[in-house]
Amino acid sequence: MQPFTSLTAVAVPLIRDNTDTDAIIPSREMKTVSKVGLSGGLFAGWRYREIGGRDPDPTFVLNDPAYAGAQILLGGDNFGCGSSREHAVWALAEYGFRAVLAPSFSPIFAANCVRNGLAPVPVPAEAIAHIAALVALAPQAKQVTVDLEQCVVVAPDGATTAFEIAEEAREMLLEGLDGIDLTLKSSERIAAFRAQDRQLRPWIYL
Amino acid sequence: MPQTLIDKLWAAHTVADLGNGASLLAIDRIMLHERTGGVALQSLKASGRPVLAPRQAFCTMDHVIDTFIGRSDSTVMPTGRAFITATREAVLEAGIQLFDLGDPRQGIVHVISPEQAIVLPGVTLVCPDSHTCTQGAFGALAWGIGSTEAEHALATSTLRLTRPKQMRINVEGRMTAGVTAKDLALHILGALSAAGARGHAVEFAGEAIAALDLDGRQTLCNMATELAAFSAVIAPDDLVFEYLRGRPYAPAGEDWERAKAYWRTLKSDPDATFDMTVTFDAAAVVPMITWGTSPQQVVGIGAAVPAYSEVAERDSREAYDRALKYMGLASGRMLNEVPIDAAFIGSCTNSRISDLRRAAGILAGRKVAPGVKAICVPGSSSVKAQAEAEGLDEIFRSAGFEWRESGCSMCFFAGGESFGARERVVTSTNRNFESRQGPETRSHLASPETVAASAIAGRLADPRDLAA
Repeated sequence: MQPFTSLTAVAVPLIRDNTDTDAIIPSREMKTVSKVGLSGGLFAGWRYREIGGRDPDPTFVLNDPAYAGAQILLGGDNFGCGSSREHAVWALAEYGFRAVLAPSFSPIFAANCVRNGLAPVPVPAEAIAHIAALVALAPQAKQVTVDLEQCVVVAPDGATTAFEIAEEAREMLLEGLDGIDLTLKSSERIAAFRAQDRQLRPWIYL
Repeated sequence: MPQTLIDKLWAAHTVADLGNGASLLAIDRIMLHERTGGVALQSLKASGRPVLAPRQAFCTMDHVIDTFIGRSDSTVMPTGRAFITATREAVLEAGIQLFDLGDPRQGIVHVISPEQAIVLPGVTLVCPDSHTCTQGAFGALAWGIGSTEAEHALATSTLRLTRPKQMRINVEGRMTAGVTAKDLALHILGALSAAGARGHAVEFAGEAIAALDLDGRQTLCNMATELAAFSAVIAPDDLVFEYLRGRPYAPAGEDWERAKAYWRTLKSDPDATFDMTVTFDAAAVVPMITWGTSPQQVVGIGAAVPAYSEVAERDSREAYDRALKYMGLASGRMLNEVPIDAAFIGSCTNSRISDLRRAAGILAGRKVAPGVKAICVPGSSSVKAQAEAEGLDEIFRSAGFEWRESGCSMCFFAGGESFGARERVVTSTNRNFESRQGPETRSHLASPETVAASAIAGRLADPRDLAA
């Protein structure tokens, strides 16, 4: 997985509170038993003129050429709420996003982000509004920096906002670690726990 | 030091302290379904990692399958068959128990888990489905995960987790007649918001919670994910133990007594502290109905769509206007005057036998209003069989409801079936998001009683007006 240390990129504002994973990728767009080929379905209900179609709605911000190449999404509170579908994260990452800035995230969505190298960065709504206002002036020139080593976001005017992210999640992102590989190094410890726990709670071990 | 129930569950499953508040937690039970089970197992196989404890994992078919009588592997959604067959092949190869189409144990994952006693007090249970918190009603630490986390749990029987903060929601007093756990959940959502429990695991407690039956407790815990909670839990009591006794995967013999003695310790100590505590008065809860596109956009059934000034602290102007435009409603409109096109009883929130009994109590001897499409989807094949044994199916059919096979169905446009664009549905499900129940479908969340009463009235209606 690609490590995430620091990124300076075009940011696109889609600041709607409670943006749910059905909105990020509708169920109807999850057509195959696969983690790839999902970016076309990203925000499909808002992005296209017709349900199931691919004719872009020019009023939707992702279709605005001014924001081409955006890698940072500016979101609203409780971003990624709803269904646990990891397809929402796969679609965002495949589209090219590397970080989402929002006042808060659904816990399942945030965990899915970390497992896929997409940084869920909690930033107060006021700071996001400030960034969005500046970015709108000239999206390609007014870029935003997300520095995961220092845990700061830098707005186009140089204003910095510190953020807090669970240390475990930060390390996984910084190192681009695969959680399963990491945990498998503790296999003996897991086996020892299970052997001991089997004495205490035998009914668990079917 | 006094411990909360969640502290006790966390401690009992800690394999290793990972530092900075994170733990490697043992996972006792993994549940899968055909929406993500196939992709997780295929990915695991491709990476050469075996399932560590296949007998502690279970899979059902619920998310993609059709719910029509006489269904098969084909679905309304053209590619549904691929999800079903890929999952079937992968779980059988991995040695995981499958509750397949046609199996009397098949049903919605969170409904069948307690039926089979897969969930037990004190277990950790995960499933790639956000409503896994439902199962906290049995005193388990149960939470929804993504597909990669499911692979992690399958390969290692653990997950890496940063400990959430803890919130206790006390519900004092008793609910009045005709008011249900669903109304309580919506009442709490209206008060706390859809992000009201963010960062927290919730324990529901208090007189009104102890007084809920197990189906009601599951409905309440089910909606905790709509509060952005990590999960929800209720201390297990005799009601739970008696329900589980003798079920297929419950401990038996000596283990049963030993387990029960342990389960009796699973409650928060009297002096345990929580990061946040909120208290509600159960007597103040009325039948609730959502008016917008988030479960927090909810009022009593006798109220009007609120003016913006009433929700300005919660919703941005853009979100408010967007919700009303989507729903085809205006500020000040009395909700109990809004005509409906369809009524749906089903989902992991409200499709259990007591839900169907209460809805049938309202439908008995009455007819669904002309032009209203009404559908009932029992939560499991076992619930369906029980309902049929009690004659409830006849009541639903005579009233004009379709009576279906179990599955997630039209809660989320599962197999591609929908109510239609701009159709207004009163629904016993959990999410009124834009296009959740199909492209441009307008959803109003409510209790099964309110769905039944509304189906008869042809408009959103207070079930207490029809109660026998």
